Amino acid sequence: MGFSLVDELPKLLWLVIGVAGFLAVIGALLLLVDAGPRKTRTEWWQATLFLAPALILLILGLVYPVIRTTLLSFMDSKGAAWVGLDNYIAMFTQPEILVVLRNTFLWVLFGPVLATAIGLFYALLVDRKRFESVAKSLIFMPMAISFVGASIIWKFIYAYRPAEAEQIGLLNQIIVWFGGEPRLWLLDAPINTLLLIVVLIWVQAGFAMVVLSAAIKAIPDEIIEAARIDGTGVWTHFWNITLPSVWPTLMVVLITISVQTLKVFDIVRTMTGGQYETSVIANEMYAQAFRYDNLGMGSALAVFLFILVIPLIILQMRTNRRLREEQR
Amino acid sequence: MSTSPQSPPAEEEGGGGVRKPSSPRAARDDYATHVPPLRAKENPAHSRESAAARVRKRLTSTTASAIAIIIAVLWTLPTASLFLSSFRPELEIKTTGWWTMFSDPQLTLNNYREVLFSPGQGQLASYFVNSFVITVPSTVFVVVLAALAAYALAWVNFPGRDWVFLGVFALQIVPLQMALVPLLRFFSQGVTIGGYQILPAWDLPGAFAFTNVWVAHTIFGLPLGIFLLHNFISQLPTTLFEAARVDGAGHGVLFRKVVLPLTVPALVSLAIFQFLWVWNDLLVALIFAGGDVSTAPLTVRLAELAGTRGNEWQRLTAGAFVSMVIPLLVFFTLQRYFVRGLLAGSVKG
Repeated sequence: MGFSLVDELPKLLWLVIGVAGFLAVIGALLLLVDAGPRKTRTEWWQATLFLAPALILLILGLVYPVIRTTLLSFMDSKGAAWVGLDNYIAMFTQPEILVVLRNTFLWVLFGPVLATAIGLFYALLVDRKRFESVAKSLIFMPMAISFVGASIIWKFIYAYRPAEAEQIGLLNQIIVWFGGEPRLWLLDAPINTLLLIVVLIWVQAGFAMVVLSAAIKAIPDEIIEAARIDGTGVWTHFWNITLPSVWPTLMVVLITISVQTLKVFDIVRTMTGGQYETSVIANEMYAQAFRYDNLGMGSALAVFLFILVIPLIILQMRTNRRLREEQR
Repeated sequence: MSTSPQSPPAEEEGGGGVRKPSSPRAARDDYATHVPPLRAKENPAHSRESAAARVRKRLTSTTASAIAIIIAVLWTLPTASLFLSSFRPELEIKTTGWWTMFSDPQLTLNNYREVLFSPGQGQLASYFVNSFVITVPSTVFVVVLAALAAYALAWVNFPGRDWVFLGVFALQIVPLQMALVPLLRFFSQGVTIGGYQILPAWDLPGAFAFTNVWVAHTIFGLPLGIFLLHNFISQLPTTLFEAARVDGAGHGVLFRKVVLPLTVPALVSLAIFQFLWVWNDLLVALIFAGGDVSTAPLTVRLAELAGTRGNEWQRLTAGAFVSMVIPLLVFFTLQRYFVRGLLAGSVKG
């Protein structure tokens, strides 16, 4: 049974029916809006029709699940009996899960800072250069690639062949050129986790670069002009003018990437499957809940992830507000 | 590269390019109101610089360019090496490094033919169709539903409006991990409230099974979608609505004839993000689309190939590119919307 177009037709047909049906319903809804009571002071009828589809989906698909998952985290693996804090206690005592927490800590420690630093450095290097737009596209491109694709790209770089054979992975080849022994990089803890973090940095540096570049360009020309007349050096210029000016944006970028990093799943799943001591919270949550059918532990991990994300988001919202006030 | 976002100021006159916002937040405000672009001014101080200073500046500028080029090469090399390798014959990929191909070039399209169409090799063409069938509705649903909700939250009068908006805003912080287990239960067991079956279990056969993934992706895309579009729609001038109301237009007509046409740039930005997000997603697909050829998307299949056949590089290299073609096309043709959306805060949790 190879690829045949006939097998694919039902899928495409359902796609067309699904989209057409949806649009027809929305069209009818818009007509209904104006058929109902008009010119009332509170527009209940209109509000209900406009909001109901989205709100029903959000309540059923997010609000209720959040409550349910929180409850499940205090229950056993089948979600049948209450076990109190057992899942949380297990989480912080089981050696395998402690490794997971340590790895997540490593990810958040290295990933966001390095991605942001590289992004800022590169944005400064290419600022107002003739080749700026092309140079930026090159760094930015990995943002469009899926984490799965990025993982395969990097797995190929880390590929291993025994010392007597020719290497096919670039990293081992470079080691061999310098007279070293090739290694099975992805099997070596804890360096394998660092090599996985490289993939994240590779993807996220482009995001940091684009956002920070916009911030650099927004520094008022007068300030730059004044500094130039004073004849400040590149280094002083960076510390006294550029960095303070982009600082709030830098924080937003750093926090945004941190949140992404906390939830990282695809890279670990594709490159090692979470084996060889590389698992992180998001991957362990998936494994516990959907592989080992331990709903309690899976939910506890999800709740812990949620708790880690909350302070970051609050910090981000406050920075955002400060940025907005500065604009005024 | 006329579509590139960071084109020089002179090219931004059309209002298409990003207008150098100073922050993600500013960009959001910026693209609703038409602020004229900042222009890089001529530099009057330039002539006053001494010759020595100019030489020094030229030198640092050259060093900067050199470092920039090194970083750019480092960043491009991984993708380029995989791309070049995907055209090498199986035996070559598995036994020699891709850097040897420059002295002994052997190229073939065999890898692509096999990985796309042979059942034992990946049959990615079917998964490509699945990715497409998953992504298009998930994008359309989110854009349309988010636009409707954002409009109501901005311009329809009802008590508690601000609270509803705050609630939706707060939902953005929920990691989707929190929703996976209960949502999957809805699909497999239906919804019961107090012993009453509100919705039956969805045991959808064949192609109908795509509906699960559509619904899941739509739910996860809505909070950010509503938030982004609300930022845009709420900034439309009030006079626009007053004029239309005087003419007797209801909210349905207003939305269709006035708001939608004016919101197109924001809708496109959101659509691109949702499209790329869904196309590149692995987690939601793994859980809601199942793992076989009838519904699983490319990402699921590739992750599987990378795990079970991690050394079949002829498949992985070509397969990875099959999955990247569409995102890269979208990225390069619509880069300026992509950047604009990014600056407006379109990063999903």
